[in-house]
Amino acid sequence: MQNGNPDDGFTCSPQWRISTRPTAAKKHLADALAPYLYSAPALILIVTVMLVPLVLGISYAFRDIQLLNPFSGGFVGLDHFRTLSQDQNFYRALRNTLWWTGWSVLLQFVFGLILALLLDKPFFGRAIVQALVFLPWAVPSFLAGLNWAWLFNPVVGPLPHWLFAVGIMSEPNNILSDPQLAMWGPIIANVWWGIPFFAVTLLAALQAIPRDLYEAASIDGAGPVQRFISITLPFLAPTIAITVLLRTVWISNFADLIIVMTNGGPADRTQIVASYIFTQAFKRLDFGYASAIALVLLVLLITYSMLIVVLRQWLLSKD
Amino acid sequence: MTAKRIVSVLAHRLAILAYVAFALFPLYWLLKVSVTPNKLLYSEGIKMWPSRTSFEHFEFVLKHSEFPTFFKNSLIVSGSTAVIVTMLASLAGYALSRFNLRGKFWIVALMLLTQMFPLVMLVAPIFKMLSPLGLTNSLTGLVIVYTAFNVPFATFLMQSFFDGIPKDLEEAAMIDGATQFVAFRQIILPLTLPGIAATLGFVFTAAWSELLFSLMLISGNDAATFPVGLLSFVSKFSVDFGQMMAAGVMALVPACLFFLLIQRYLVQGLTAGAVKG
Repeated sequence: MQNGNPDDGFTCSPQWRISTRPTAAKKHLADALAPYLYSAPALILIVTVMLVPLVLGISYAFRDIQLLNPFSGGFVGLDHFRTLSQDQNFYRALRNTLWWTGWSVLLQFVFGLILALLLDKPFFGRAIVQALVFLPWAVPSFLAGLNWAWLFNPVVGPLPHWLFAVGIMSEPNNILSDPQLAMWGPIIANVWWGIPFFAVTLLAALQAIPRDLYEAASIDGAGPVQRFISITLPFLAPTIAITVLLRTVWISNFADLIIVMTNGGPADRTQIVASYIFTQAFKRLDFGYASAIALVLLVLLITYSMLIVVLRQWLLSKD
Repeated sequence: MTAKRIVSVLAHRLAILAYVAFALFPLYWLLKVSVTPNKLLYSEGIKMWPSRTSFEHFEFVLKHSEFPTFFKNSLIVSGSTAVIVTMLASLAGYALSRFNLRGKFWIVALMLLTQMFPLVMLVAPIFKMLSPLGLTNSLTGLVIVYTAFNVPFATFLMQSFFDGIPKDLEEAAMIDGATQFVAFRQIILPLTLPGIAATLGFVFTAAWSELLFSLMLISGNDAATFPVGLLSFVSKFSVDFGQMMAAGVMALVPACLFFLLIQRYLVQGLTAGAVKG
């Protein structure tokens, strides 16, 4: 118990108040418990609805759990992992995840950085422009997915006709049904949806750079490109590193757009690991196998997160 | 020199214009198709604006489809989730901001852990846990799940708002004899009202957008939320583009309203999780 905590009000409470309050011992106990009472409801909920299912899910990975089979439920050891190591769909989903994550993060970052630099300069109507360009962030992901699926649809969407008109496509087809190109559909939707996140974060970092640095540099004769390379980039580097790394984890697990736009098809060409897990659980109701894939994904993500932690320590120790 | 300056200003404005066009075009198209009469939908497919507009699709969706039910369900789920999460997160965020909690490190670590692992991992076990309790196919079940998912982030967000309020305020109140809880409720909470509004907005938007768990946990039309209803509509009547997009516009409205509410706090909100890490 921590008594005498300056925050708990006990030590400063004037004596004359005690008559209207519980006895001193009771009050002492209440004060000591208070911090835990404040945080208990949130913690209990997190433990029962997130931590318990997480542990259960890990146990499912070693059991035969099929929703429609009442005789399932037995312990199967490493069977799921043996199946998984032979599962070509899983390896394809892994490759697709790299492709999906890599392009999404790269394009979101580049366009987000450009947007942040554009918005960093004062101009007339900046507040309105900012609200408009950040609007995609507010669009629910399922709607963003459907909206782009419709834009790519030659019946109601203009994109195939435009691509045909400028000669990129030989026929105004739906790229979502073309196995070679389908992945670009969700990637473009994801870039549209995710640019605001990078722009907002980088804009905040840009505005924290002291302005007199730029003035001093231009007095010394540095051009805009030189100022960007020797002032802006070094200041942004920590934010860029952390944002990109965290966002990579998030996007690699972000299956909504894919499930809405292509459902993993055509011919599994857009299936990423997260959507593969969902399909196994939702369509095939094979909870055991889904949990085994999820466990492998978790191990991969933990490995990646460890790399982030090491890199962060290294960045911090450099300063 | 001036010519160069004009060119650079012009390039800047053009680039901004391109971004605005890219951001708004999909939403514009959604709106355009939703007001295009069916007769013109195919003949004037890719014209920028139809020669005649009508609200027939909206009328149909409101009168003859189940979207009003889906809309109501989504409002109930998102609204309850937002209110409950904000209450729990205010309490927990206050505890993290003000008390010398023993085990604070572990509480923060637990909350960060929940932000790191893929939620899709929980789809199967949560279904298995809720199903014997009768909480699948129920709005209550969804509220419980969404509340738990959003509490950690909202707690960090609220904590950052509490951290911005000087401690002297409640210390002064407690010297005057108020208990800490009274000081919290009557002095600190009113000061964080903007923060509370931002948290409500964030959680509402998150719950309104959630897809995977509502697909998994809800199967009947009675308890379907907007994404579930819209996706099943899309797979059943995939040719009624006008109606689908009218429904899409309906789903967009609450999200945009809440976006306007939280726009100012976007930076703080989006970085709250990252900074604590």
